[in-house]
Amino acid sequence: MVVRKSPLRNGKEPLRTIQESILEAARGFGLDPLRTVFELVAHDELNEVAAFGGFPTRFPHWRFGMEYEQLAKGYSYGLSKIYELVINNDPCYAYLMKSNTLVDQKMVIAHVYGHSDFFKNNMWFSQTNRRMIDEMANHGTRLRRYIERHGESTVESFLDAALSLEWLIDYHSVYSPTRRRTRYDFSEPEDAATPRRLRSDRDYMDRYINPPDFLEAQRKKIEERAKAAKRFPERPEKDVLAFLIEHSPIENWQRDILSIVREESYYFAPQALTKIMNEGWATYWHAKIMTEKALEPGEVVDFADHHSATLGTSPGVLNPYKLGVELWRDIEDRWNKGKFGREYDECDDLARKRSWDLALGRGREKIFEVRRIYNDITFIDDFLTKEFCEEQNLFVYKHNAQSNRYEINDRDFDTIKRTLLFRLTNMGHPVLQVVDGNFRNRTELLLKHAYEGSDLDLDEARDALRNLQRIWRRPVNLETSVEDQVKLLTFDGNKHSEEDLSTSAA
Amino acid sequence: MVKRIEKDFARFREIIKGQIRKDLRKYITHGEMIGKRGKYAVSIPLPSLRIPTFRYGKNDGMGVGQGEGEPGTPIAMGDEPAGKGGAGEHPGEHLLEVDVTIDELAQILGEELELPRIKPRGKSVLMSERDRYTGIARAGPESLRHFKRTYREALKRSMAMGVYDPAAPMILPVREDRRYRSRKPRHVPQNNAVVIYMMDVSGSMGDEQKEIVRTEAFWIDTWLRSQYKKVETRYIVHDASAKEVDRATFYSIKESGGTKISSAYLLCDELITKSFNPAEWNVYAFHFSDGDNWGSEDTKKCIDLLREEVLPRANAFCYGQVKSAYGSGQFKKDLDGAFPGHQTVITSEIRDKAGIYDSIKEFLGKGR
Repeated sequence: MVVRKSPLRNGKEPLRTIQESILEAARGFGLDPLRTVFELVAHDELNEVAAFGGFPTRFPHWRFGMEYEQLAKGYSYGLSKIYELVINNDPCYAYLMKSNTLVDQKMVIAHVYGHSDFFKNNMWFSQTNRRMIDEMANHGTRLRRYIERHGESTVESFLDAALSLEWLIDYHSVYSPTRRRTRYDFSEPEDAATPRRLRSDRDYMDRYINPPDFLEAQRKKIEERAKAAKRFPERPEKDVLAFLIEHSPIENWQRDILSIVREESYYFAPQALTKIMNEGWATYWHAKIMTEKALEPGEVVDFADHHSATLGTSPGVLNPYKLGVELWRDIEDRWNKGKFGREYDECDDLARKRSWDLALGRGREKIFEVRRIYNDITFIDDFLTKEFCEEQNLFVYKHNAQSNRYEINDRDFDTIKRTLLFRLTNMGHPVLQVVDGNFRNRTELLLKHAYEGSDLDLDEARDALRNLQRIWRRPVNLETSVEDQVKLLTFDGNKHSEEDLSTSAA
Repeated sequence: MVKRIEKDFARFREIIKGQIRKDLRKYITHGEMIGKRGKYAVSIPLPSLRIPTFRYGKNDGMGVGQGEGEPGTPIAMGDEPAGKGGAGEHPGEHLLEVDVTIDELAQILGEELELPRIKPRGKSVLMSERDRYTGIARAGPESLRHFKRTYREALKRSMAMGVYDPAAPMILPVREDRRYRSRKPRHVPQNNAVVIYMMDVSGSMGDEQKEIVRTEAFWIDTWLRSQYKKVETRYIVHDASAKEVDRATFYSIKESGGTKISSAYLLCDELITKSFNPAEWNVYAFHFSDGDNWGSEDTKKCIDLLREEVLPRANAFCYGQVKSAYGSGQFKKDLDGAFPGHQTVITSEIRDKAGIYDSIKEFLGKGR
C-alpha cells in the first residue's frame, strides 16, 4: 500500500496509518480489494482527472474540456464537490481531495476499498482490462499521432462521429470467446455444396456408412448455412462499432479511432451496469467500517452529516447510493431472518411476516454471493420487493404533457419494478442492431431499433445517422417506431428522409 | 505546470465561441447553474455541447423516484431532466449551500451580460507614471550592466570578426559591447471612480419602482466595483428640490412632491465640482425616474446642465426610466431628442423587474 506525497499529517494521525487500519478492518469483514494506491490531489487536479473520466493520460478531446469547466465551476461556486475518484485498474488508483477533513478521508478511504473489492470480485468486471491506465495512455499517443499526421480538425470531427456511436456495443459479447473478434479467419470454407461422404468400397454397405437421411440432413444444414451466409451480417449484430470497424470503407487510422472508442466503451460498460450495486456496496462498507471500527467519538457528528448528504434524495432523482445501500441491507436482513423462499412468500399473515425470524444468520454470506455474480438488472429483478418499495417510498413519475411537468404517477410495485428495469436495460440506451449491411442490395446500412414503447429523440437520431453515414459512406437507414408506427429514417449523405413502414405494409 | 486539460478546455471554448468547427454550432446549449448570494439568486452560465447519440426522447415519460407525495404531485418541470436514467448522473458529488463573493458575482455578471471591461478614459489626464527597468541602453552606470546582453554582443562581434574559436571559446567584451539596463516610464491608469445615483422620489414613484431602482443600482455598483480599485458612491434624491442622502435613506425614502429634475442635476454638478476633479476621477452619473418632469422649461434646463456641465466631466450619464402607473415617460424622449447618438448619454427604459437585465446591459455594455 502506498500513499504518495508525504508528509501526510492531515490531522494527528498520518493518513497511512489510517489507511492501514481501514484496510485491516475491511479484510476483517471479508472484503478482498485490489492493491490500492491513494493519491492526494488538490481540487483542480481532482477536477481535471475527473473530467478525463479518471485517466489523466486520455486522448485529447474537447468533451473533457467541457466536463472540466462544469466541474470547476460547480466547485468554485460551491455547488458540488468531488470527494474521491477511484479507477478500476490493478493496482487500483484512488484520488483523494487534499482539503477533505480527516473524518472525510477516513470515510472516503473505506468507501474506496468497497469499490476496489467490487472491481476485483464482481464477475461483470472480470473481462475489463486491468491495465487500463497504460492502455488509455496508448490511445492518447495514437490519437496525437493521427492529429499530427492528418490535422486536428479532420481527426477531431471523425472522433466526434465515433463518439456519437460510442454506446453501440454488445457488452455481453465479451463473455463469449467465439464472438470476441480478436482474430479473423479469412480461409475459404471447404466446398460445401454437397455433404461429404465417407468412403465405402462396397455398394451394399454404402447406405449404412452414408445413411441417406443423415446425408439429407447434412445437405439441408449446408443449404441453410449458405442462406445465412448470404445475409450480411449473418445474424443481427449489436456491436455496431465492431461491424463498422470490419466493414466500413474507411482508412486505417479511422478504423483505429473507432476501435479506441469501442474499447473504452467496453471498459466503462461494467461500471454503468453495476452503478446501483457498486455505489451501494461501497456505501454499505464505509458506513460499517466507520461505525464499527474507525470512528472517533469526536467525529460522529461530521461523519453523520456527510454520510447522510451522500444518501440524500430528491423526488426526481433516484440516488444510487441510497437505493443500493438500502437494498444490500435489506438482503442481509432477509437472509439473516430467513425472509425468503416459498413458505415466506406464500404466508399471508402480515403480522407474522413482519416478525418472521428463522435466525438463519446467512445475511453476510448472501451479500458476498450477490456481489460476485449480479449486475443492476438482476439485482433489482431478484431483490426489489413490494415491502421494500413501500418502505422506501418509491414511486413512478410520468411526464404530463398538459402541464409540462413530471408528476408522481403511482406507487404500484409492478410498475415501479418494470420502469426501473427498463431504465437499466442496456444501461439506459436504446438497443440498436445492424440487420443488413447490403440493404436494398445497394450496400446501404440498415439498423433496427428494438422498440420497447419508448420513442427515440428523432432530432438527435437524425444527427447521429449523419455521423454514421460519414463512416459507412453509403446511405444509412434506421428502422424505429414513433408512437407505435414503424418508421424508416434514411440519410443518404445529402438529405434526410422518412418512410412510414406500418402503412405500406398494411 | 501546464495542466493537461488546458488544451481540451481551450478547444472547447473556441468551439463554443464559434471560432472553429462551425458545424457543431447547433449542438451548443447555453445552460446555467443556479447559485445564491444572500437573497439574490445568481445564474452561472454553463454552455455545453452535445454529441448527438441515439437516445430516448426527453419527455418519453416514466421514471422511478423516491419520496413523499400523492399521485399527481409535481416533482419537476418538463424541461428539466427529472432523473435522466435510473441512476443519478454524478457520482460523489453533493449539493452544497452556495456562497459567492462579491468579486465572483461581478465576474459572473460580466460574463453573463458579456460586458466589456471598462476603458479608463482620457490617457493624458488619468495616467500616472511609474518607472521600470525594462529597457536596454548602450551607456549607463556599471551597477546596471546587463551581463547576458553584453556577453551576447561580444559573442556576435567576435564571430563576425572571425576570432571566435569553438575549441577555446573565450569572449572578451570591449567597451562597445556593453549593455546596460535602462528605465522606461510606464503609464499606469489611475483607477478611481465615483458613481452618483440620482432618484426621483416624487409621489408618482411607488414601492415597486423603487425596488427596481434598488436592484439595478446594486448590480451596477457590483460591476463598477469590480472594475475600479476605489469606488465612491453618492446618492441624491429629488422631488421638486434635491438633496444628498446616505445609502439607507436613498432606498427607503418616500416623498410626495412635484418633480423638478434640474434640481438633481444641479446638485450633481456641484458635487462633482466640489469633490471629484474629473482629472482624477472617473465619474458615472445614474438617474432613475418615471419620466414625469414638471414642465418643458425645466427639461430644457436639465439638458443644458447636462450638455454644459455634467457630460464633459463624466464617463457616462445613464438615465433609466422606470415605468409607473402615473408617469408619462416624456423625459426619456426629450433626452433622446436632445442627444441623438451621443456617445456618453445612455438611456434605457425599464418596464418591470424582468427588464433590469437588459437595462444593465444597455448601460454598461459600451465599456465606458
